[in-house]
Amino acid sequence: MMLRRYLLATALAAGWMAAQSANWTTYNGDHASHRYSTLAKITPANVKNLALSWVYQSPVAGSWEATPLVLDGVMYITQRPNDVVALDAATGRVFWSYRYNNQEDPRVCCGANNRGLGVLGDSLFMGTLDASLVAIDRHNGHLLWKTRVAEAKAGYSITVAPLVVKDKVIVGVGGGEWGVRGFIAAYSAETGKELWRFYTVPGPGEPGHETWLPCPPDSPSGSKDYCDPDAWKHGGGSVWVTGSYDPATNLTYWGTGNAGPDYNPTQRPGDNLYTASVVALDTDTGKLRWHYQFTPGDRYDYDAVQVPVLADIQFQGKPVKAMLWANRNGNFYVLDRTTGKFLLGKPFVKVNWMSGFDANGRPIQTPQPQGLPTYPGLQGGTNWYSPSFSPRTGLMYFSIWEEQGILFTQIPVVYKEGTGFGGGGFGPFVPSVDDPKKGIPNAAGVPNLRRGPINDWTEAAGHGAMVALDPATGEAKWKFKMTDVTDVGAVTTASDLLFTGGREGYMQVLNARTGELLWKRNLGAQMLNSPMTFEAGGKQYVAVMAGLSLFVFGLPE
Amino acid sequence: MQEHPEAYPRADIEYGARLYAEQCDRCHGANGAGVSGVNLASGRFRSATTDGQLKMVITNGFPTAGMPPFRFDNADLTGLVAWLRNMNSIDRGALKPGDADRGRAVFEGRGACQSCHRVKGKGSRKGPDLSDIGTLRSAGYFERVLVDPNGQLLPINRPVHVVTREGKAVDGRRLNEDTYTVQMTDGEGHLQSFSKANLKEFKVSTKSAMTSYKGELKPDELADLVAYMLSLKGNL
Repeated sequence: MMLRRYLLATALAAGWMAAQSANWTTYNGDHASHRYSTLAKITPANVKNLALSWVYQSPVAGSWEATPLVLDGVMYITQRPNDVVALDAATGRVFWSYRYNNQEDPRVCCGANNRGLGVLGDSLFMGTLDASLVAIDRHNGHLLWKTRVAEAKAGYSITVAPLVVKDKVIVGVGGGEWGVRGFIAAYSAETGKELWRFYTVPGPGEPGHETWLPCPPDSPSGSKDYCDPDAWKHGGGSVWVTGSYDPATNLTYWGTGNAGPDYNPTQRPGDNLYTASVVALDTDTGKLRWHYQFTPGDRYDYDAVQVPVLADIQFQGKPVKAMLWANRNGNFYVLDRTTGKFLLGKPFVKVNWMSGFDANGRPIQTPQPQGLPTYPGLQGGTNWYSPSFSPRTGLMYFSIWEEQGILFTQIPVVYKEGTGFGGGGFGPFVPSVDDPKKGIPNAAGVPNLRRGPINDWTEAAGHGAMVALDPATGEAKWKFKMTDVTDVGAVTTASDLLFTGGREGYMQVLNARTGELLWKRNLGAQMLNSPMTFEAGGKQYVAVMAGLSLFVFGLPE
Repeated sequence: MQEHPEAYPRADIEYGARLYAEQCDRCHGANGAGVSGVNLASGRFRSATTDGQLKMVITNGFPTAGMPPFRFDNADLTGLVAWLRNMNSIDRGALKPGDADRGRAVFEGRGACQSCHRVKGKGSRKGPDLSDIGTLRSAGYFERVLVDPNGQLLPINRPVHVVTREGKAVDGRRLNEDTYTVQMTDGEGHLQSFSKANLKEFKVSTKSAMTSYKGELKPDELADLVAYMLSLKGNL
């Protein structure tokens, strides 16, 4: 009985995705992760009339990185630490809220973040800071099941919005700064039972393990050349941004985080597969079909925790089932998503950690001497914030940080369960006017995660932009420059609008074809997530978060 | 209460500096200013005054604000606190320690510093108010800025020149800027905000309005001036 009801719900869910563009049913809008909506009621002509429809304020302080889901007029959003709230999408009034009480003190690098939910039938799915996965009845906010995914005391957490594919809920684990061994795992949507698990750091005997090289002699703990013979056991490869799925290949694609510890490759010699990589997994079995590593032996915490954008494009005169990837390491990539073949790699910001690619698409690394800046800096040329791909314009849109470098340092760190696994750090670098290789002492660097209301790092430390790239060439079609940097992704629509924002707190609407600013509003605090759009009661809305508030805009009645 | 930086054993400071680099640096940055609104080197902490409170903050973290709890033992905590209390005194500069009272005389007399800077309600509003500069900068910084103001000019403080569409020209010091607007203080200390779209001219200069004291003041006078600035810890 239970199963039948469930199958019916599954069929319904599949139907929503195909038919109703009014809804927003997965983190990036669809399985191809286009963050593109077919809605077109808000247009370049009427966007100037955009007005605030409602605001919902989180009762919990801290940055807000979630993307809401909307289903048939109901919005579902997560807020800190692991609450789920169901609201009327047209008015912002709350139907119910659910609080998950974390059982253990979460160990998270960057705050009590949660990026959102997955949905299938009557169930919502959320990963928790103490590394569990829960299913919640979307009609009343009651817990349906809970599965422990990993141990929080060992530094595991889940901040990613789950990806629901067929009857499975797929998540990855955070903890790249805590010495975890990362993995991606699939759970039965109905029962919460684990169906498969793929470790992003392969164990002994598994392919890829050989890229965790044996230690040279005379590298004991306590020495500056410390090499950890068990590096792979806490090798990182965390997963904290939602992947994609292609029904044609039956593959699910995920980006993986930094190798652990950050910054110190001496301690973990080798390429450290499959960290800072994209992995393509068989959705039914979790078996690895192919991988591509963006930053071998990652010493910059560049990760590869971005959204894999699946698009069919014309490339060198031929149709290609492509994966488009704007990486934190400063390069834009085109891969063949059926085979993983490297087709294009091209810097979109200043890059000096590498000088180019070899024939196989492997970067030729050029580590900078101690005391000289590395470009891009720690936060990268772009980061986790969702890009958008518009099938109408054929352009890929994403936020970039330009001219931002950083001074990296590396130090040995011995792994201890449940404690930070840093391996070094970074110092701000603001180039001196007289000698750009020298920094201005004491000058503020761009703050990593949160900013205050004053931009005291200024243009001297770098700036942000929204860029529109032609994926066939990697060339920018247009660029919209901002004075401060931006951690905001984009959503595009069938009316060729692009909604974005930045650390300055402006919500901005651009013409997706030209980059022209059409509308802006100061929301008074840093925006951090990626906007989304939906329809409720026949009206199109756009939702963005700034500070502790979720702002929803629409056209006046 | 806050101890004098010299009161902490060297070994604790060095141990703490190492732990800091391992555990704290990746958010707070090497200079302690990596988190917006937090300056660890200043010796002033939002949620802690005493060493004991500092240890508690490190132990409990601020999970909602992004700082996890840290499981350090007491020796680790002692080292970290010793380092935090000394972050700002590592950059000592090359001058021998001067005398703050004599430095004040130079500041108000031969140096004519008050023609641009204000301390505790006295002096011009052209340059930054220095009433609490001793909590924000090191001896080495003061020494360098006095002889090379351009090289030390913090980008936020860069001089701004604007001309409005109506032809009104305003010169001042930048306080804040975004894509569409700029906020500044003019020579009299009036707060002015402009929409860039309404400006005919908008120039941010990389040249400090301050002239170098190299050769103008004797090394002893510079040392005294540095000591005076270090003594400026605000009104509270």
